[in-house]
Amino acid sequence: MGVARAGSDLRPAARRFIHLRGAASDGQRKTTTYSAFSLLRHGLTHEKWQRAWREHEVASAYDAVIVGAGVHGLATAYYLAANHNMRRVAVVDKGYVGGGGSGRNTAILRSNYLTPEGVRFYDRSMTLYSTLAADLNFNVMFAKRGHLTLAHNDGSLRTMRWRAEVNKLQGVESEVIAPEEVKRLVPFMDISSHTRYPILGALYHPPGGIIRHDAVNWGYARAADALGVHIHQGTEVLSIGVVDGKVTGVTTNRGEISSPIVVNCTAGWASLVSSLAGVSLPIITHPLQAAVTEPVRMFLGAVVVSGSLHVYVSQTDRGELVFGASTDPYPSYSMRGSLAFTEELASHVLELMPSIAKMRVLRQWAGLCDLTPDFSPIMGTTPVEGFLVDVGWGTYGFKAGPAAGEAMAELVATGKTPELISSFGLSRFGDGLLVGERGAAAVGH
Amino acid sequence: MIRIPCPHCGPRNSDEFSYIGEEKRRPGPDTSPTEWRTYLYSKSNPAGWTTEQWFHAAGCGKFIVAERHTVTNEVRATRPKPRFERSNAGAEAGGGSS
Repeated sequence: MGVARAGSDLRPAARRFIHLRGAASDGQRKTTTYSAFSLLRHGLTHEKWQRAWREHEVASAYDAVIVGAGVHGLATAYYLAANHNMRRVAVVDKGYVGGGGSGRNTAILRSNYLTPEGVRFYDRSMTLYSTLAADLNFNVMFAKRGHLTLAHNDGSLRTMRWRAEVNKLQGVESEVIAPEEVKRLVPFMDISSHTRYPILGALYHPPGGIIRHDAVNWGYARAADALGVHIHQGTEVLSIGVVDGKVTGVTTNRGEISSPIVVNCTAGWASLVSSLAGVSLPIITHPLQAAVTEPVRMFLGAVVVSGSLHVYVSQTDRGELVFGASTDPYPSYSMRGSLAFTEELASHVLELMPSIAKMRVLRQWAGLCDLTPDFSPIMGTTPVEGFLVDVGWGTYGFKAGPAAGEAMAELVATGKTPELISSFGLSRFGDGLLVGERGAAAVGH
Repeated sequence: MIRIPCPHCGPRNSDEFSYIGEEKRRPGPDTSPTEWRTYLYSKSNPAGWTTEQWFHAAGCGKFIVAERHTVTNEVRATRPKPRFERSNAGAEAGGGSS
């Protein structure tokens, strides 16, 4: 156990990964469609599967350069090509596809937020996720399991009632339920009143669920590649050119690229990439640790979250329990696991489900969370013309990927900020118009 | 988990401390609202050495200033927080509590 994917180990691993995944360039080929028939044919003939996406030489100019090949960057590129026919687009990443927050999150999807702006936005993402497998021709393994946020005190019960009403007004299924109903949904839960944190009720959000996060990254990468987007892995942005307050392009370790649009879609490095363009962000970066257990037979239907106990649990289709916790108590760019995390996590999970005491943790890891003062993301324009940001995703970035990508693509293509994300601009901090989501997003804090 | 050498108590586990925030100067009372908000929200968030405030909650109960590397988490120097700057702390709190 111990350190999982520490920062310094990332580069050689990334190189190996890139070599395996897409070393061969097969030029202008047509992407084959996955289907039951193609699976059967491959099974019978053992012919090689086509690579999911290609490697390209870095061109000297693109219409847009997207920094960060995670779900946000790839979704932005995909929707630019699919919805707006902008195909001279490059996605650059210093690591590999889905190697940052997009591959380190706990893959929980929900839209039961607190502010109307937040609920509308995340609900759009849920809608896109619902049909994503068909849209991308890639099985993303979305499972609507139901999502339970437990209340252990009157304060959280009140916030949940508030959230339920805001959700229902926005047409999102969400209701406060009693402990007995929690027990019916999750029979292994200890709902007795003698525990340290007795369960007083829960916010039940039936559309919530889990998804396979790698599949989402790979699906977007494959679909964007098929439409002509260039994905450059192992390509680090070293500087961003700004002349007279306008973006001119980026310098990478693989050469210079000129582009009128540069979109910062990074998580964990958002402050650093933005500072290359001279844009300062109200972000602090905290690591967040997660862990998985050995796989067991399916027993946990719903996603279970407890704000007071700082823990969220779900069971994957493979049978592993996935645990997430609160962010580490101080900012850092280190992705080392800690014993303190494992101890705290275990004690909190056992408080909820004493019967899993003998399960063993397989591995733990950490990802970086860019926290904003109001626990809402930052999407839109910056004081530098052509430099756009889609950052500050704290602990809620993965579930927002499709909606953020769709909205950012519209902003890039039309030059107008879509109404859906207009409340989330960088200028809101200077204007004092914060979108406070602490009550619904602060489980991880 | 890291060890922080408290200038008053000696080396202690970071669990004893509360993280307060980046060290920065509080603007004067005649500052415009926009500048105030910049002071409140803007962070340098560097990947490298940074100077920040911690509060030794489970120790001496004093605010201290530490120089920490945000990639390796090495703490190379700490010093007591001068009394006259103490009014900074409240304005920067938040985000550090778990």
